[in-house]
Amino acid sequence: MTDHALVHDDHAHGPDPHFVRRWLTTTNHKDLGALYLWLSLVMFLVGGVMALVIRAELFQPGMQLVRPEFFNQMTTMHALVMIFGGVMPAFVGLSNWLLPVMIGAPDMALPRINNWGFWILPFAFALLIATLFMPGGAPAGGWTMYPPLVLQTGPAFPFLIFAVHLLGISSIMGAINVIATILNLRAPGMTLMKMPLFAWSWLITAFLIIAVMPVLAGAVTMLLTDRYFGTSFFNAAGGGDPVLFQHVFWFFGHPEVYILILPAFGIVSHIIPTFSRKPLFGHASMVYAMAAIAFLSFIVWAHHMFTVGLPLAGMLFFMFATMIIAVPTGVKVFNWTATMWRGSLSFETPMLFALGFVFMFTIGGFSGLMLAMAPVDFQYHDTYFVVAHFHYVLVPGAVYSIMAAVYFWLPKWTGHMYDERLGKLHFWLSTIGVNLTFFPMHFSGLAGMPRRIPDYALQFTTFNQISTVGAFLFGFSQLLFVYVVIKCVRGGEKATAQVWEGAEGLEWTLPSPPPYHSFTVPPVVR
Amino acid sequence: MKGEGMRAKGLLKALAALMIGAGSGGAQADLRYNMPVGVTEVSRGVHDLHMTMFWICVGIGLLVFSAIIYSMVRFRKSAGAQAANFHENTTIELVWTIIPFAILVIMTVPAAGLLIKMDDTSQSDLTIKITGYQWKWHYDYLDENVSFYSVLAQDSNAARQLGAQIDLKSVDHYLLNVDRPVVVPIGQKIRFLITSNDVIHAWWVPDLAVKKDAVPGFINEFWTRIDVPGVYRGQCAELCGRDHGFMPVVVEAKTPEDYAAWLEAQREPKIESAAAVSAGSTLVAAR
Repeated sequence: MTDHALVHDDHAHGPDPHFVRRWLTTTNHKDLGALYLWLSLVMFLVGGVMALVIRAELFQPGMQLVRPEFFNQMTTMHALVMIFGGVMPAFVGLSNWLLPVMIGAPDMALPRINNWGFWILPFAFALLIATLFMPGGAPAGGWTMYPPLVLQTGPAFPFLIFAVHLLGISSIMGAINVIATILNLRAPGMTLMKMPLFAWSWLITAFLIIAVMPVLAGAVTMLLTDRYFGTSFFNAAGGGDPVLFQHVFWFFGHPEVYILILPAFGIVSHIIPTFSRKPLFGHASMVYAMAAIAFLSFIVWAHHMFTVGLPLAGMLFFMFATMIIAVPTGVKVFNWTATMWRGSLSFETPMLFALGFVFMFTIGGFSGLMLAMAPVDFQYHDTYFVVAHFHYVLVPGAVYSIMAAVYFWLPKWTGHMYDERLGKLHFWLSTIGVNLTFFPMHFSGLAGMPRRIPDYALQFTTFNQISTVGAFLFGFSQLLFVYVVIKCVRGGEKATAQVWEGAEGLEWTLPSPPPYHSFTVPPVVR
Repeated sequence: MKGEGMRAKGLLKALAALMIGAGSGGAQADLRYNMPVGVTEVSRGVHDLHMTMFWICVGIGLLVFSAIIYSMVRFRKSAGAQAANFHENTTIELVWTIIPFAILVIMTVPAAGLLIKMDDTSQSDLTIKITGYQWKWHYDYLDENVSFYSVLAQDSNAARQLGAQIDLKSVDHYLLNVDRPVVVPIGQKIRFLITSNDVIHAWWVPDLAVKKDAVPGFINEFWTRIDVPGVYRGQCAELCGRDHGFMPVVVEAKTPEDYAAWLEAQREPKIESAAAVSAGSTLVAAR
């Protein structure tokens, strides 16, 4: 493919030279992608500090640092900040930056929606984080917001609800934009089945977001009216049912976990073929597997609720449906393995993170399969075994895929190579840290330690101490990541257009960095 | 917690030992790293199913991870590997879809059987109603005219305060001890009814493999039949506010004769008043 951006007379204007006006009013997909990514980095560090408060208190039995109520605020806010601030905006940022350049478009289809979608977020997080300074403190009922407990939240309560509404609105706008872009702005010749897998993963994710974010909004609105307007949706004394909230919440919540992982599948499906110098194995089956996972995600929600007193038939159904998810997920892991088989592998930082993803996400998948078994889940449920499970799929899963993506596309974005030596160091420190943190949680959970407790019986001490040491190692290693990224933005060895020897796809036909308006003339895909 | 009969399982033990080695350098004799086998038929079934799934996952993991590691070593570019160009193979894709599916279908059989057994609360010998409160449990022996609250033991409660200068090792079962355990007979099918007075709690005893949510306004049921006399400890498992970590569950299983004697003693007024004095006025409500 030729260098399409250069064969066309460039009449487009560049960024606004005025700094504040540029970033506040920008409708450019690269500017907004960068804003989303920086915001998510900041929120990742904020959520990380909260995690370190949790781990510091749990370093030894007895209460040393914080009060139980503040501990509960930390667990609640850590989850909300990491899910809605750390991971989701990172994936939206990646979709912004990458979708137009991957499918041969000049920009996203709805640029003003794009700007609005981003600029809602800082206000949403300002509302959320401000609750820490309110009388009674931040929400402390868990990110799952189960009533009646969440209704005991102090003045922070309406701020929590409104922040969740804003986050949902932002996500929905981002999702609409992704769908509009992918369905309308693909280059001539790029049929859906030829589309890169990152675009596919985001197309499916976007439909999930549109389907379930309004459900979350409905659930929290019912909380709001129960609290302030005398309704009894979740109040048994008024004829409601607290468990109804859990059904509605997890109807959002389970697809949500796939919103947090499907884009990761897409990213890894770009990186592994590149550094294997071999086409992705089973492109079509990858698409079908993602679609199957997305469909199944709507009919498994009650596996989060096996202990609430479901009818037997319900438990059997949700157990079977959940176990079936292992099949398409397994297909994806087998496909990545087959991609590497008889390839020509090299291990630059993005590949290390992608491989770390495959290994550790699979471990999280195994514990997920164990959790699916309802009779055994009674023992696992609400213990550190669950904490280990979802952190394995979210940290060395989703977060590793984001870091892999940043290292992979950073030379494309900035035009500079990052520091490979420091990148690898970051990978190894993170990997040691993340496993020291989360692997012992399997043991403490199986041994009987419930989650969300600020203090524990003495027999859990050893594993908790290891977890805390690992958490601090992992946490401080991320400062290295920040340094590597800033260093690469500011300068470094010039990157070529293709950047990586095995890289394939439209984004690698553009110069590094690409022009402000990516493809002003659509490339032709054969 | 008891958990006798818990045997070392090769790989799990090795992994745990590795972690301990990395952590403190010396293994504790009573360190637990696996689900207890427990003291009921159900808990043994749960443990067996857990181990079966664990070994299936280990087996699949070994296959997949060996294939990846083999590729990483064998097909290195630095070792001169030339990339092949294949990217599809319908046969193998069908194989690795159907085989995992078959394994899962096979696993659903014991899982469903166990679940059905756990769900059957009929033909019980006695019924105890549990009510969750922020942050204590209330036990009501239906038709026996015995009921009482069960709260975190005084010494644990003193030691868990922020800045308390108490050696936790000197506390009897720190955080896992209560003033009045719920006493039950062994060998009898005990039906529990559970509800809550305020927010959702969950009653959990690992050695019995029972965990059920206490939902305000609704009554859930579960059952157990304990084989061995002893004291079995657990905790509230559903976040229920500030002191969620401080409302343990302690079950004391006695022989039917001892249980009957205990039950009789609860009805005697002098025990009632003595207990009320020793446990504090707000905590005991034996009728």
